[in-house]
Amino acid sequence: MNLRNLRLVYRKELRELLRDRRTMISMIVVPVVVMPLLMTGMGLTFVKLAGKVRQEIPKVMTLGGEDSTNTLAALQALKAFAFVPASRDFTNLISDKKLNAAIQIPKGFDAAVQAGETTTVTIYDYEGEFKSMFAAHALDQFFRQQRDHVVSQRLAERHVPEKLLTPFEIRQTNVASAKKVSGNLIGMILPYLVIIMCMTGAIYPSVDMTAGEKERGTMETLLCSPVARTHLVLGKGLVVLTVSLATACLSLCANGLAVVLLKKLTAEAGKPSPLPLTIDLSSLAAVLVMMLPLAIFFSGAMLAIGLFSRSAKEANSYLQPLLILTVIPAAAAVLPGIELNYRLALVPVLNVSLAGREILSGLYHWHYIAVVFGSMCLYAAVSVLVAVALFKREDVLFRT
Amino acid sequence: MIEARQLTKIFRDKKRGEIRAVDQASFCCQPGRIFGLLGVNGAGKTTCLRLLATLLTPTSGDATVGGYEIVAQPERVRANIGFLSTSTALYGRLSGRELVEYFGRLHGLSEELLRQRIENLFAVLDMNEFCDRRCDKLSTGMKQKVSIARTLVHDPPVMIFDEPTHGLDILTARAVVNFIRDCRARGKTVIFSTHVMSEMEKLCDTIAIIHQGRIRAEGTLAQLRERVGCEDLEDIFVRVVEEKA
Repeated sequence: MNLRNLRLVYRKELRELLRDRRTMISMIVVPVVVMPLLMTGMGLTFVKLAGKVRQEIPKVMTLGGEDSTNTLAALQALKAFAFVPASRDFTNLISDKKLNAAIQIPKGFDAAVQAGETTTVTIYDYEGEFKSMFAAHALDQFFRQQRDHVVSQRLAERHVPEKLLTPFEIRQTNVASAKKVSGNLIGMILPYLVIIMCMTGAIYPSVDMTAGEKERGTMETLLCSPVARTHLVLGKGLVVLTVSLATACLSLCANGLAVVLLKKLTAEAGKPSPLPLTIDLSSLAAVLVMMLPLAIFFSGAMLAIGLFSRSAKEANSYLQPLLILTVIPAAAAVLPGIELNYRLALVPVLNVSLAGREILSGLYHWHYIAVVFGSMCLYAAVSVLVAVALFKREDVLFRT
Repeated sequence: MIEARQLTKIFRDKKRGEIRAVDQASFCCQPGRIFGLLGVNGAGKTTCLRLLATLLTPTSGDATVGGYEIVAQPERVRANIGFLSTSTALYGRLSGRELVEYFGRLHGLSEELLRQRIENLFAVLDMNEFCDRRCDKLSTGMKQKVSIARTLVHDPPVMIFDEPTHGLDILTARAVVNFIRDCRARGKTVIFSTHVMSEMEKLCDTIAIIHQGRIRAEGTLAQLRERVGCEDLEDIFVRVVEEKA
């Protein structure tokens, strides 16, 4: 292995790539600016909108209940709802978001409650629609309080202590440390993010240095040099790997900063932060080590695809399905019930995503980690060997 | 020196089947002389030169370039040739100087020798004014000068030119022709392919007419005239191609 030649090819390819605006966009602008802005912007917008919705007085319609004046008076006394006149078309009004919720109070509700009978009130809402859900929740709370009040009254009338209804309490206690709790939550997002950024970072340079070179006619110029083809392709592969890892690391830093910023902004706004912050740095380092063979795997595979393609356009059309094939297993690790086992430890991408999740939540199943790392090293070696083999095939290099 | 022995290249195509791009080509190019490959588009000129430059591997036969076997010692061969063709483009995002430096280093030149060579080449080719500009900002003539500097930086004993004037304006083409003459004057072995008869007449000491992958006739212009019985090279070419068809 001639390291001088490898270094020469690496330095030249990197220099050329860094002079390309498109590389800078995919390597720096997207992960460092666009992604965190999207994340912070969406998070802040969500918090702001949710707060605004909570402050708005929901429009509610009462259906029936004319003979239950006590309940109606108590409901209106809350001043938490804006009541609209009853209409038979209430379901359509809710569906059209002109009305937030409706409450059906049965005939003789107050009397039935007084008589000790069981009766039913019905709340109508639009499931999944925030304003409607908030209105329905407020109505539900009101009637639960009313019910508890009636129960207390009935027990008091019968001289029965309220304790009778509570033979024992149930207490749920979290035994995991804050670090582990946040690690578990971060573990669902972070490996996915790093995997996707590793891959997106590798796309442009791999295509540019292979199919792009064929299109521009510089491949033949390069092949005229006395450097062994293995060194040429390995030099290119190292550049793809560098850009891929740099994209992932930059994305990690930028998103970490975005989370800190988001937490600070939401804390200043007096809202509870929806995001945990604590992360074990040694776990993070372990995840990045696990990502290394995956990044090599991506670099080799994409370089091979780029080499095989006649043009950058053709390479991109091959890489799009690969991106989908990567997103699915990377995201599957977030699904409940999918746990790391020997079988899944052999599935590329999914294995790293699952192992990353476990590591970040403080779980170190060394036997699984060894299988994941070993298998990924094997896949990485195969992808690099395929790229090297393709670079030696003249029918591939001169395929135009 | 270049010596080709029964050089054959067969491409296999799913639709067209077997294509004999170069078929048992044997010829010899001497140092200090220009050997011309004359043929129509698709005759096999580019494939033949790519075989000599070790960009392609022969299906059968062999050749020696600068004393090295193209099959057994391809890297040694490439270290001893300068290959220039219309399909050897420049890296647009590098400057002319960076590009020539890169190829000089790939050829293993020491930094001191590289500096001297570049200084000399840039002065001879009158490149100092634009050598630090990015290649994608250069005119066609300037690009061709950078390409020439790239092929000469390691001072190879063998030069391979594949239609080097194709698509160039008259002044740039003239400069390239002069450069090829200069290579001969410096004792280099030169092989040159074209389908332009006038260039062939002006430049080449030996002409080989290649058609459908085979060398159909070979000799000096005088020998070809005598053999075919025509004065004009175009007439000679047509006669040779038609008589063997």
